[in-house]
Amino acid sequence: MSMPLLSILIFFPILGGLSLLCVPRQQVATIRTLALLVSLIELCLTLPLVLLFDKSTHVMQFVEQHAWIPALRINYSLGIDGISILFLLLTALVIVVSVLVSWEAITNKVQEFFVAVLLLEGAMMGVFCATDFILFYVFWEAMLIPMFLIIGIWGGPNRIYATVKFFLYTLVGSLLMLVGIILLYQHGGRTFDILKLAGQAYPLKLQLILFWAFFAAFAVKVPMWPVHTWLPDAHTEAPAAGSVILAGVLIKMGAYGFLRFSLPILPDATQLMMQPMLVLSVIAIVYGAIICLAQTDLKRLIAYSSVSHMGFVTLGLFALNQQGLEGSILQMINHGLVTGALFLAVGMIYERTHTREIAAYGGLASTMPVFAGFFLLFTLAAVGLPGTNGFVGEFLILLGGFESRPWSAVIAASGLILGAWYMLWLYQRVFFNEVKEGMRGLPRLDLREIATLAPMAFLILWIGLYPNALLGFLHVSVGHLLDQVHGVGLAGTETALPSALARLP
Amino acid sequence: MIQTAAVTWTALDPILPELLLIGIGVLLVGCDLFIPRQRQALPWLTVVGCIAALLMILGARPTSAFGGMFLADGYAMVFKVICLGAAILTTLISEQFWQTVGGRQGEYYSLLVFSLVGMLLMASAGDLMVLYLGLELMALPVYALVGLHKRDGRTSEAAIKYFLMGAFASALLLFGVSLLYGLTGTTDIGRIAETVATMKVAANPALLAALGLLLAGLCFKVAVAPFHLWTPDVYEGAPTLVTALMSIGPKAAGFAIFGRIVFYGLPELQSHWGPILAALALLTMAVGNITALCQQSLKRMLAYSSIAHAGYALLGLVAGTEEGMAATMAYLAVYLFMNLGAFAVLILLAAPGERRESLDDCKGLAGKHPVVAALMLVFLFSLTGIPPTGGFIGKFYLLKAAFAAGYPLTVVGAVLFSAISAFFYLRVVRLMYMSEADHSACLNFSPGMRAVLGVCLAGVLGLGFFPGPVLGWIVAALAGN
Repeated sequence: MSMPLLSILIFFPILGGLSLLCVPRQQVATIRTLALLVSLIELCLTLPLVLLFDKSTHVMQFVEQHAWIPALRINYSLGIDGISILFLLLTALVIVVSVLVSWEAITNKVQEFFVAVLLLEGAMMGVFCATDFILFYVFWEAMLIPMFLIIGIWGGPNRIYATVKFFLYTLVGSLLMLVGIILLYQHGGRTFDILKLAGQAYPLKLQLILFWAFFAAFAVKVPMWPVHTWLPDAHTEAPAAGSVILAGVLIKMGAYGFLRFSLPILPDATQLMMQPMLVLSVIAIVYGAIICLAQTDLKRLIAYSSVSHMGFVTLGLFALNQQGLEGSILQMINHGLVTGALFLAVGMIYERTHTREIAAYGGLASTMPVFAGFFLLFTLAAVGLPGTNGFVGEFLILLGGFESRPWSAVIAASGLILGAWYMLWLYQRVFFNEVKEGMRGLPRLDLREIATLAPMAFLILWIGLYPNALLGFLHVSVGHLLDQVHGVGLAGTETALPSALARLP
Repeated sequence: MIQTAAVTWTALDPILPELLLIGIGVLLVGCDLFIPRQRQALPWLTVVGCIAALLMILGARPTSAFGGMFLADGYAMVFKVICLGAAILTTLISEQFWQTVGGRQGEYYSLLVFSLVGMLLMASAGDLMVLYLGLELMALPVYALVGLHKRDGRTSEAAIKYFLMGAFASALLLFGVSLLYGLTGTTDIGRIAETVATMKVAANPALLAALGLLLAGLCFKVAVAPFHLWTPDVYEGAPTLVTALMSIGPKAAGFAIFGRIVFYGLPELQSHWGPILAALALLTMAVGNITALCQQSLKRMLAYSSIAHAGYALLGLVAGTEEGMAATMAYLAVYLFMNLGAFAVLILLAAPGERRESLDDCKGLAGKHPVVAALMLVFLFSLTGIPPTGGFIGKFYLLKAAFAAGYPLTVVGAVLFSAISAFFYLRVVRLMYMSEADHSACLNFSPGMRAVLGVCLAGVLGLGFFPGPVLGWIVAALAGN
């Protein structure tokens, strides 16, 4: 490739964001329009990736490699495979949507807000493209700064507590990963290239140490039980756009980290730790769902449902088979769309009613019928109704889980039932019953809001009906990943060689 | 018959930058006395002199002079550039500072330049005598600078405290030096290393006592716990400008002699000083970061943070490898920009006749002065060590070096303390961006202040995004040794 497509993808929003600084602060409308334009162009920039992507190979594509810090052997190396390309698309879409949803919700420090969102987009793109461990870490940590500001400046009443908690949780996890990276560098032939680090035969003890070091960073980000406690606070207090980005992309990075680093680089430790990880996943599913039943706050309920849904994601991931992994990745995309859409919807009614108490709502179905229709679709997708995307992902995950550890799928399935309970109950309380005081005469959805929700609704149905559109990208890459985990890859041939030689006459 | 060695002027070539600065210092005293109306030219004279010295140092070839007593090698060059950078940047801010604070400024510049000569000598010291000479030449003017506001009780207290403690530390250092001389019969640092190696005195208790005394003295100079107790009071009491200088210049020079003694002079004892320094580094980070958590004064918080950063910088020395030394140098280079940037913003906040040093004075800064707040944000995130700022690269280099040298637990401790530090740096960000202002501060920028903020921002981000050339330069300078 002559065009550095991935670099453009990373730096276009960053430069676009910085160019917003040139616009005078008072011209709010110009700033919004420019931000939307930048995010839309960024979405278009992902198109050539989709069109030119070769689905039949697991090797990194659109590769770029330059020396960045020769003294530390850090390279600026980018590349994507079938797993990362989906996340790039999701990120670009989520940012467009979150710019749209902040159109009128953000009235204070508008310029700073959109700059932060676009810088965040650049960093998130970088996380999914980086194939150098330190470059990955740089993007991974750089995301913290804009997210910290987005929650802390434009968030709800308890925003400062929430944002500091979010920052410190993720920072501690990431720093432990940093130590792990240095340890890996020492033992993996003094390189930070993740392709070279994978497929080496590390001693099991080292693998276990590294596994837990990486776990510290990734599990906090996912978040897995019991390190999930930052998520409800951050989700609840963040502005709508912040919640959408958090749910849509940020928390996917933890699972992406497991996929990209823990599984291929530390296959033996992954297999050994499969059981504990499955246990944690199952606990997250059931625990998150039960907590949801007790919530009185709309956003907090959806936040805890994220904990439960991400439990499904890690369950599929650590089932370590084709169905589980594909379902897990698909479910990450689904969850990004569905939960993102739910947060969008909640943001929209919050703008109208300024309350998040479920008890204050009632009868919205008659006052805002179009909105009720959208919300119903999102609710059903979250529950996993066949025909929506949620069904495909969860079904694959349960299939994978059953194949690998039947008990995990059995318990996880109970999470589905609980999920239907809390989501439908929520829908009933908010949209049915008699119309509550203060819920009358709410303005209907305007065109911008419908334009925000419609693409999400479309994608939910489209993936639900034709999941192969996304799964097609995954088959080969996931297959290769599983080969690495089960030792059929590079390390496998090496260990298999002596026994094969022994059989020769 | 008395034998005389032929003296040629070319022998002075390696110390020309120092001689130039001494000349500038004398000139500054003269200008201050005899043409008092032209005092506003003094900072510019200082800056021009420092820049000239900087260029001379960068252009010079590695040599040694006076029989190895003065080493103008790559090692010295890196530290000299950092010290000169600190002097230049603080001088550029000084105009604004004296405008708001008032007071006598003539002495300030000459004392600064003389102290700077001391720092350069420390960086170049190849002999324990020169090292001590440089140390005292650096320290004495700084004692005076700390007490520059004669009528301010806080300042005078800080100066006295600093002087007494500093003299005590110098005495410890001298005691160590004399023991070392007694054991090896030389004060040349290179030859001490050879003698210790050949005479196999590594286990000699007197040598260990000398090492202990040297370490105590050196740790005092770079404010490493448990020898840090003077730092918060002195840093808080001194005029902010002097604090900014002290937290960088003398500290970098202190690390220069620290590295020279332990790394070049006593490499045989690495198994002794390595673990000791590792423990001290951890202790320093703990003390600095945890105490900074509960400060109400921004200045005092930055003082504790600079203690913590001394702990990080020490990690490179702990490693005791070339890589570690390079990491310490790189960290100090980044630290120059980020710490000076933070202090520059602190100076900017001060209003005439009013001390604005408390954390509450940052409240709502983002609303009124978004650019200043954004700059402070970058400096604070860099001090925390979050990429893509230079602070991350510096810290990463240190961690990597310490890890490679076999101190994994120290590295884990360092990252945990670094997470703790995030809390108090973030508190400032929180106050700037997430609180409403109590009072409306009107900030005015002198041209020098603008330049310094610009340079610091460029330094922090430049070292974050494109650290390659600078790190390459440092590694090459060390290797060319």
